[in-house]
Amino acid sequence: MSPSEAEDKTTQPVTVLPCPISLDYAYSAGQSASRFLRAIAEGKLLGQRCPVDGRVYFPSRGACPMHGVTFGDDAVELSDKGTIVTFSIVRVPSQNIALPLPYITVNVLLDGADTILIHVLDAKLEDVHMGMRVQAVWKPKEEWTTSTANILYFRPIDEPDAKYESYKEHI
Amino acid sequence: MREVAVVGFTQSPSVRREPDRNEIEILIPVIQALREQTGLSSKDFDFICSGSSDYLAGQSFAFVSGLDAVGAWPPVCESHVEMDGAWALYEAWVKIQMGYADTALVYGFGKPSMGDLPLTMALQLDPYTMMPLWPDAISIAALQARHCLESGVLRAEDMAAAAVRDRANAKGNPNAQVKGDFSVQQILAEPFLVNPLRKSDCAPISDGASAIVLAAGDRAKQLRDRPAWIRGLEHICEPMDFGIRDLGRSRGTEIAARKAGVSNDKIDVAELSAPFTHQEILVERALGLTQKTKVNPSGGALAGNPLMAVGLSRIGECATRIWSGEADRAVAHATSGPCLQQNLVCVLEGN
Repeated sequence: MSPSEAEDKTTQPVTVLPCPISLDYAYSAGQSASRFLRAIAEGKLLGQRCPVDGRVYFPSRGACPMHGVTFGDDAVELSDKGTIVTFSIVRVPSQNIALPLPYITVNVLLDGADTILIHVLDAKLEDVHMGMRVQAVWKPKEEWTTSTANILYFRPIDEPDAKYESYKEHI
Repeated sequence: MREVAVVGFTQSPSVRREPDRNEIEILIPVIQALREQTGLSSKDFDFICSGSSDYLAGQSFAFVSGLDAVGAWPPVCESHVEMDGAWALYEAWVKIQMGYADTALVYGFGKPSMGDLPLTMALQLDPYTMMPLWPDAISIAALQARHCLESGVLRAEDMAAAAVRDRANAKGNPNAQVKGDFSVQQILAEPFLVNPLRKSDCAPISDGASAIVLAAGDRAKQLRDRPAWIRGLEHICEPMDFGIRDLGRSRGTEIAARKAGVSNDKIDVAELSAPFTHQEILVERALGLTQKTKVNPSGGALAGNPLMAVGLSRIGECATRIWSGEADRAVAHATSGPCLQQNLVCVLEGN
């Protein structure tokens, strides 16, 4: 670089200012989510019932988002079986989902729950349909942690389809 | 102008760290208590407005789940400010003035203990020239305090005296975090945290939430025998660049106080939200308060500082004293931004 070029460089206007930002947090999930996560570490799926209309929220965030009432300490244990309410076949890769393409994402209404769980389904693309009965496939017990990742995926089970009326509210 | 009053107020205790509850779980019992206090349910609120910060929660749109504490069915009319709940109250007040609502629920909540608060606050600075230096909030306030001391605006003894007063007042406040009998000498004997600030010059870091109900005209009279009428409400923002501000006074508070009519009559009680002792003195002066005013009967922000709720709580603390008849006229102050950049002044009256 010649002296004149160096001079040019120092007199160039600043056009880019790298400014890396990161903040650290010691996040607490909260009492409701902690109870849910501790239970799933033991293979249990816990929801909570709204005292106003009886709907079961899974997972619970401590209060009913419709009525604003607290759930208290009572929990409802749910089955790991459920019904596919709706689904989507994914053909584009996603950064945090390490599944071979294409795969099926499903909204599952667990038996006894009134809110849906979003997960993936291990089935042939042509077989998936609304109302399909499914069950969770869990990791080996010794690998369970306080994480929803304890459920690997759902797979179809040999049960007749659920009636549309039983899940139409959740589409 | 419509007559609008504060008719309900609840708050959580200010604590250094909520170990188990998340932000929403702190808020839920506060809203529940407010329903019980006012006899109102969520469907009675024509408008709902909240103040919180996603930077404290460490996740985007964290405020949305705040509605879990309120209940959003049937659909509610609501809004949010990324500011202290005092500014949410301002928005709700405007909404009522415009005739879109007669009652409003306002709440603020924050759990700063999850992050490194002084560093998190660096992100509110000018992003090009200041923020990349990562100056923490205490150091920024210390520069202002140093300026105040060097220019003779105030003395270290004045700052210590503010802490002594607030902590003594806070003894009567079950929600306060820092309280007790201290002396000026005791505080001046403390080592510097960031010269010239001592730990006692700084508000504590607090997790907490508070909530207020506003009501207009006859609705307010139905809900309270002696509503706390909002007779002045203004907020003023000063420039972002420290170099073009006079840091030895709070110009924004002065202007807001004038517009809100603070000096039109006596002030029985003042509740100030300044998070550092030197700032509390600057605000006190900017409001033109005299010895006749009882300042920070709750202890103010220096006794409990639940970020995003602390300013709203000052309005609530004033309102409770109007309801009880302890005060006829009160002024509440809230602040936002570094070195008292933005200030809100609210005048409340019982008659």
